[in-house]
Amino acid sequence: MTAVTHDHDAPYQPVFVGERRKELDALFPFYPTKMACILPALWMVQEDRGWISDEGMAEVAEVLELTPAYVKGVVTFYTMYNTHPVGKYLIQVCTTTPCNICGAEDVVGAFLEQTGCGELGITSADGKFTVIEVECLGACGFATPVMINEGFVESVTAARVPEILAGLK
Amino acid sequence: MATTAEPTTAVTQPKMVNLTIEGRPVSVPEGTSILEAGKRAGVLIPHYCYHPALSIAGNCRMCLVDVEKAPKLAPACATAAAEGQVVHIYTEKALEARKGVLEMLLINHPLDCPICDKSGECELQDFTYQEGPAESRLRDPKRFNPVEDFGGDVLYTTSRCILCTRCVRFMDEMAQDTVLNVTERGDRALIGKFEGKDLTHEWAGNVIDLCPVGALLSKDSLNKARSWELDHAPSICTGCSQGCNISIDTRDNMVIRFRPRPNEHVNKYFMCDTGRLDYRWINRQDRVEVPLVRRGESLAAADWDVAIPATAALLDGHRVFVAASANLSNETLYLLSQLIRANGGTGAFTVLTGPEAPLPGVPDLSLRADRAANGDGATLLGFRRTASLLDGLTAGDVLIVADADAANITPAQLALAAAVIVIGTTLPENLRTAAIVLPIANHAEEDGTFTNLRGRVQRFYQAKAAPGMARPSWWVVGDVLAALGKGNAYYLASEVFAAMASDVSAFAGMTYDALGMRGLVVSGGAK
Amino acid sequence: MGYPHPSHARETPVLSQYFGDQDGIGLDGWRKRGGYNGLQKALSMSPAEIVDVVKASGLRGRGGAGFPTGIKWSFMKPGDGKPHYLCCNADESEPGTFKDREIMRWTPHALVEGCAIGAYAIGAETAYIYIRGEFTEPLIRMRQAVREAYDAGIIGKNAMGSGKRIDIVIHKGAGAYICGEETAMMNSIEGRRGNPRIKPPFPAVSGVFAQPTTINNVETLAAVPHIIVRGAEWYKGLSLSSPKSTGSKLFSVCGNIAKPGNYEVTLGFPFKDFLYDLCGGPLPGRTFKAVVPGGISVPIQTMEEAEATKMDYEGFIDQGSMLGSGGVIVFDDQQNMVKQIARAARFFAHESCAQCTQCREGTAWTTKIMERIRDGEGTHEDLDTLFSIADNMTGKTICVLSDSCAVPVVSGINKFRSEFEALIKKPKFHPVTAAVA
Repeated sequence: MTAVTHDHDAPYQPVFVGERRKELDALFPFYPTKMACILPALWMVQEDRGWISDEGMAEVAEVLELTPAYVKGVVTFYTMYNTHPVGKYLIQVCTTTPCNICGAEDVVGAFLEQTGCGELGITSADGKFTVIEVECLGACGFATPVMINEGFVESVTAARVPEILAGLK
Repeated sequence: MATTAEPTTAVTQPKMVNLTIEGRPVSVPEGTSILEAGKRAGVLIPHYCYHPALSIAGNCRMCLVDVEKAPKLAPACATAAAEGQVVHIYTEKALEARKGVLEMLLINHPLDCPICDKSGECELQDFTYQEGPAESRLRDPKRFNPVEDFGGDVLYTTSRCILCTRCVRFMDEMAQDTVLNVTERGDRALIGKFEGKDLTHEWAGNVIDLCPVGALLSKDSLNKARSWELDHAPSICTGCSQGCNISIDTRDNMVIRFRPRPNEHVNKYFMCDTGRLDYRWINRQDRVEVPLVRRGESLAAADWDVAIPATAALLDGHRVFVAASANLSNETLYLLSQLIRANGGTGAFTVLTGPEAPLPGVPDLSLRADRAANGDGATLLGFRRTASLLDGLTAGDVLIVADADAANITPAQLALAAAVIVIGTTLPENLRTAAIVLPIANHAEEDGTFTNLRGRVQRFYQAKAAPGMARPSWWVVGDVLAALGKGNAYYLASEVFAAMASDVSAFAGMTYDALGMRGLVVSGGAK
Repeated sequence: MGYPHPSHARETPVLSQYFGDQDGIGLDGWRKRGGYNGLQKALSMSPAEIVDVVKASGLRGRGGAGFPTGIKWSFMKPGDGKPHYLCCNADESEPGTFKDREIMRWTPHALVEGCAIGAYAIGAETAYIYIRGEFTEPLIRMRQAVREAYDAGIIGKNAMGSGKRIDIVIHKGAGAYICGEETAMMNSIEGRRGNPRIKPPFPAVSGVFAQPTTINNVETLAAVPHIIVRGAEWYKGLSLSSPKSTGSKLFSVCGNIAKPGNYEVTLGFPFKDFLYDLCGGPLPGRTFKAVVPGGISVPIQTMEEAEATKMDYEGFIDQGSMLGSGGVIVFDDQQNMVKQIARAARFFAHESCAQCTQCREGTAWTTKIMERIRDGEGTHEDLDTLFSIADNMTGKTICVLSDSCAVPVVSGINKFRSEFEALIKKPKFHPVTAAVA
């Protein structure tokens, strides 16, 4: 197994060039301020890089004429922005009350064991998986919902975990 | 009174509303918060996040008060005073709510007052003492966060923070340099900054004063004194021509720190870091402590009774050239100008300059290019501003170096003078050939006034004792004038000021009492 | 149709009529189902007429507060020279609630249409639809629907040829429950931390970007086209008990129940029938213990209370709870209420924005105590402390997140005290005290 390395020494490559820059510029007319585009801009950074590094925040600050500290304050408010690298598959299991009473804790346990992560928030040795608990995913009738990257799997039970993991190459 | 009245901005009278706070009737302009109305009524409503210079955050919930007919307690900072409102601050309901807030603020607080610099001037202590719970019901472990160096002069003791966000709002709204933020949320939240972007803004140190608790501390004065050991004297910063009002805090005759003192006309609540940290010169130990009179090759210590007549004898019949410091008071400069008037001659001063550093959120507040407090006073009193201090010194003049920076004075220039008299706090190496050295108090050791760049005349008070036999500068110059038969001796700075006010039209009508703690603008207004 | 279960005969499928209908998702299919007739008709009316119709229908906000929609719209002063904004609250994140998700998944154009009508009625040229980031599929569907509507000229600079500009912008959230609070949402749209704002000023005076703003829930806006097409009287007629509660309402049902899912009933429907008939009752071999009927922020009901409830704004209040967002969470006899209330407290502690002292500290403190009791380390004094903290957290903060955290704790202890006491240990033997005694 090879560990995935995030090369922190490599120079930061800007996100907002070419198509991404155009995509961001196209949003500006819909808002009276550039600052309003901070959530979309951060999403773009995360989509491209998998997480939002300090350099990423600084770049967003620059393109939106904000300060990096301001951007960091916003990033850390919203839990979906990853401020640390995560595995190839970020597995987010809802464990809030409605899912909790339907066995969400067993689902978390199964994922932790079977991905080899062992602990919440830890990326597996092969760099493939990170498992976290999240608060209500808004699909309580389909307990337990699990978000895997941008994908959404409903009605997950501990028994279904092997089959789900098998589908993640 | 000939002095210019304060500019009246209220062209149209604002609509007033009448309300009652704790039984005290008060009338305030429409839109005033209950909290500010309370201040006018003479009642301080407890609060943390509210600060008159900053936007309303309403987050500490400490200022909850009971307003009759309102269903819920109202945050006094965010509730407008209204006609006929009856506000109670100390009802059981309001007291219980604030007690609840205090308990919550303290559950994770380290309660490390014995080692906290803020102790004794901490609003968390004060309001807890006033109306907080006697004990905590927390049975679980406290939250702990490590201390962080925010750069500049600021240390962040995270665990003491109550997240009032005054510091964040100051940097955002006043400094307009958003280097602070609230990071994370819920009880994980703390004040954060971005790696590599420190609190190095010229005005960043104000966050220390704004912090109502011991979370943001000055590294410069860290662990130097307990607050109750400090004496406080109102003064004016000498760092530039803005004239920021300050408090000089001393312990055992040593200046420990400067802090801003509010003056809505000059500096609101703030001062810059350059001014704040420029106090060490006041404590320097290499002072001239006794009058020195030349005896052949050497300068010998002498009593004032000897030194003053000796000075008068040297001056008698000579033109004088006064090289003055632009940090001398109006009073001393006035008396020096009297000396020039009596003997003939001229006076000059230099001003060090540096880059301007404004505080964008406050109009007309800046670390000014002129890095001296009283250049404008000196100009008003007839002194010539020059780049080269001794330009115009003519052969046969008696040169008086009145605490001016002597670094660039050359032996050749000194040789031109009939005699050199030093009236100073220190005796620089190149002035050791002087005939007489008269030791004076420095700015923190005497009373006086400065005139700032907008013509505002402001008082400063003595904060510490002068060393040895050094005397206030106005006293020394007044005595010399009296010995020359050209004036009276003065016993109080206020007497010198009164003489100046009756003699110099710019100061006409002013007295120390009239200046008060806010100052007055010279007649003719700002230049 | 209906999703995930076919509509029950006793349901009143208005909004949910095309749930599960793949063909209704796209614009063409939606038009075949009568889509955009409401907008067409609305654009031929004056904004004031629309507001009047909505007022007359009795439609109330479906997000939780239940404020009459028409009255809210009437706060927007036409011709004040300021840009107006409509914000559609699609941040559905109240645990137990997942109705807006299904509206956006299956009938995205219904929301586009509702937003367009709402925007026109309040004089807004821009409507922001704030969709929580976790709703990946609804986001895709909604973006697609908005694109189709633009391409067809339904919205844009000349909406359906009316000469009116209506822009609809999807704004994706990023994980914050509190952004479902309307002022927090406005901050989030502006690019700030999602901190709720102090009111006043109210959004209709100074809302998003400091301009007059109306915020409506997805379900509220989705109901508007139906009201415009079928008329206020029809909607008002949908009412089984209180005349103050009109129309059909989606209820999300989850937890320990046979058929979790979304159900649309006329307001005033008997809750007992709803739970046992429509939703199939408890799982085999189990019995219901408790119900949280309107999302986790509302008081817990005992079964006696729940079974006596009429499902409308007033009916839930009468039985010790609130209609809230319509998220019904059912607990059965296998659940430990202490554990679940502790979990709910943890949710609020996680989601507190950190502004107000009582909320920031109180939610976390409550969680610590609840989890300690859950783990068998609690005392009787802890229960008193919990009540006292709850009191300090209620009615004293900028928004109601703090109150919401107190609600399940207080109602939980009051109604299920025996479960708490069963977990509370007897006082530990203390050797020193004993020796002194």
